[in-house]
Amino acid sequence: MSDKKKKKLTPTQQEYQNFANKREPKRPIVRNCILAFLIGGSICLLGQLISMFYMTYFDFTEKTAGDPTVATLIFLSALFTGLGIYDHFAQWAGAGTLVPVTGFANSVASAAIEHRTEGFVLGVGGNMFKLAGSVIVFGVFSAFVIAIIKVVIMQFMGGF
Amino acid sequence: MIFFWSFVVGGLICVIGQLMLDGLRLTPAHTTSMLVVAGAVLDGLGLYEPLIDFAGAGATVPITSFGNSLVHGAMAEAEKNGLVGVITGIFEVTSAGISAAIVFGFLAAILFKPKG
Repeated sequence: MSDKKKKKLTPTQQEYQNFANKREPKRPIVRNCILAFLIGGSICLLGQLISMFYMTYFDFTEKTAGDPTVATLIFLSALFTGLGIYDHFAQWAGAGTLVPVTGFANSVASAAIEHRTEGFVLGVGGNMFKLAGSVIVFGVFSAFVIAIIKVVIMQFMGGF
Repeated sequence: MIFFWSFVVGGLICVIGQLMLDGLRLTPAHTTSMLVVAGAVLDGLGLYEPLIDFAGAGATVPITSFGNSLVHGAMAEAEKNGLVGVITGIFEVTSAGISAAIVFGFLAAILFKPKG
């Protein structure tokens, strides 16, 4: 917790925070990193195999094979999320399943399934991007800013 | 060899994510958002494309490539139509990922019931 937040707390609350921090189970960072490496690497390897498949059996080049590969991985991820396998797996794989695009698909599919009881329009439609929305918002906004900067620089350079 | 590097590079990007989760104690949403922004910045600097050439799916499968594709789509359209292209082209390359996530996510919601 940052110092700024700590200052706002009363002494009793600070005491409690210290107490809670001491009792919080230590995270096995090394073990988690090894798992994330192995599982994340495996998902990327699977992606590489799928893109090889698209390049061999369909008319995709190395550049264009990325799109169908991502779509295939998203399909698999949504399927395994629906079957309840992905979340089980994600519990011990940590960032290994979160960081690949499958994690993005998992957050969309799990939010959609979870809110199904609230109806298709308000539940599924309204909540689908509840978790994945931040990725899209920050991705798009930062891409917008970067692209504007690049275009301005390019036009400036071209003007001379 | 591309298989080896896709495994290693993809794995390393996930380790960075794990360190952000465990080391910096960020939430999963903060972690993925920051990785996407990092991907966009790397592409802005022209560094992400060489990584894709080197590692293939190791660079295109992690969520960082989403940021990279957003910048790429915006730039491709901007080269044709100027500044307006930044807005019209931003989803050009990422369309596959977003459409697939919406379609398959919706199908999953139709087919599967939530588990308690």
